[in-house]
Amino acid sequence: MILVYVNTDNGLSKASKEVVTYAKKLGDSITVITNGNAPNNVLSELGQYGASKVLVDRSVSTDDLQQLIDLVAYSAEATGANTIIFSHDLVSKAVAPRLSVRLKAGLVSGAIDIPNAEGAIRVNVFSGKAFGFVKVNSVKKIVSLLPNSFQPEIIGGNCSVEEYSSGALKGRVKVLATKKPEGEIPLPEADLVVSAGRGLKGPENWGIIEDLAKSLGAATACSRPVADIGWRPHHEHVGQTGVAIRPNLYIAAGISGAIQHLAGVNGSKVIVVINTDQEAPFFKAADYGVIGDAFEVLPKLTEAVNKFKSSQN
Amino acid sequence: MKILVCISKAPDTTSKIAFTSDKSSFDENGVQFIVNPYDEWYALVRALELKETNGGNVTIITVGNVADETIMRKALAIGADDAVRIDSDPKDAYNTAMQIAEYAKGQSFDLIMVGKETINYNGSQVGGMISEALGLPFVSLASKLDFLGNKLTLEREIAGGIQVVEVDTPAVISCAKGMAEQRIPNMRGIMAARTRQLTVIPPISVEELTSYVSYDLPPVKSSCKIVSADNMDELVQLLHNEAKVI
Repeated sequence: MILVYVNTDNGLSKASKEVVTYAKKLGDSITVITNGNAPNNVLSELGQYGASKVLVDRSVSTDDLQQLIDLVAYSAEATGANTIIFSHDLVSKAVAPRLSVRLKAGLVSGAIDIPNAEGAIRVNVFSGKAFGFVKVNSVKKIVSLLPNSFQPEIIGGNCSVEEYSSGALKGRVKVLATKKPEGEIPLPEADLVVSAGRGLKGPENWGIIEDLAKSLGAATACSRPVADIGWRPHHEHVGQTGVAIRPNLYIAAGISGAIQHLAGVNGSKVIVVINTDQEAPFFKAADYGVIGDAFEVLPKLTEAVNKFKSSQN
Repeated sequence: MKILVCISKAPDTTSKIAFTSDKSSFDENGVQFIVNPYDEWYALVRALELKETNGGNVTIITVGNVADETIMRKALAIGADDAVRIDSDPKDAYNTAMQIAEYAKGQSFDLIMVGKETINYNGSQVGGMISEALGLPFVSLASKLDFLGNKLTLEREIAGGIQVVEVDTPAVISCAKGMAEQRIPNMRGIMAARTRQLTVIPPISVEELTSYVSYDLPPVKSSCKIVSADNMDELVQLLHNEAKVI
């Protein structure tokens, strides 16, 4: 029996479909536990990815992570699940380690593969510079799956949704306010990412990055120096000490490609590098390179993307 | 204010990563070790700022062998008051967290601070595990922390934004970028740290819930295809037809 925690605050994210798909590869009987207010007809769609049923506790809010731990712990007990799967996101980073201690269940953080023949699970280590293979020694196991590691697969129809009252207690951390910029694609989940570095010379020049991102439907990111000097917000910083991402396409303009930056992006499927310096180390990690000035290349690329998009319609 | 900061050793961020020939462990040859940046830049420095404002004392703790005394002295040079080493080669996050929780149990710390993750294992596990073992509230990935009365007000990262939360001490906090600015130790601090007494305590017996059985390096990319800066239509076509990503 496998239990999957899925966050449905914003409907069914790609990550939620990925974790159910992943769980289905590990076993047959998949129960999804969630919380919040997503309508039943939306939740039942998780059946298409392999869920046998969805349990939803409407009284638990994602703001109360302490309560969320109780919710998952109680539902694991109620369903007799020995394996619990999360998406490796900001919720699971707060919840999974505590659950690991509570249930004495070994935790594999940031899994990128199903267990191999020896039962070891591949994860990124050294901030994306290498892989490690982790084995869980305990009977109970918790795995958090790195977003964009698995493509969701539709294998069936909708499943049943049951209201579930876990009796989870309120936690001691009180939420005073939530600040969320509207309309941005969360970076760790983005399929396409456009990123820039110091080569853009100043925050006032980011319009050409945003234009390209908008044309592609991509998230925007930046290098560490750019976040450090305050040109861009910290949550956009990708690299060893920032966010590690693995989009399908990563376009980097005006970033030389220091080893610390590469660590955060080398899980990307395809990398395009735009740089005036043909000796920039980033070209060695790139699939496609453009040697040229970002200020000239980016608008041309945006125009080409727009032309391509309109030809597709 | 009594603060415990958990630090870990990590390879310098410019290190080339290599493994032993059987791929069973990290090859430490020629690698320079530093205090894990999240532990140092954010957890430790913010702890020192809190001490400077509110009075009190900052203890750093690590689980490691005698070689880790270099990073302990670095933390003392930056300004920590006491340094504790649990004399055990670090194993999994669970074992490490239980060792630290056992030490912290009898010490009535107001605040236990950890970096959001190490740059070598990136698990983001130890802080949450300590909080659960001690039955303390946990705030993960905090980018701002203020202390007034016995209350902490924090900003923490959530999906696509920031949440402001409040919690009473004692609590466990994992610290992310924004919390503080890196401090360079001065010569006086470095000299004073060289001769300071380090506390070494024996480990308790705890199982390992997980173990790393092997490692591997990612495949090397084949050569990069150069597209002319004047032909972005070609790049778009390659991304569509060849790479199939748009």
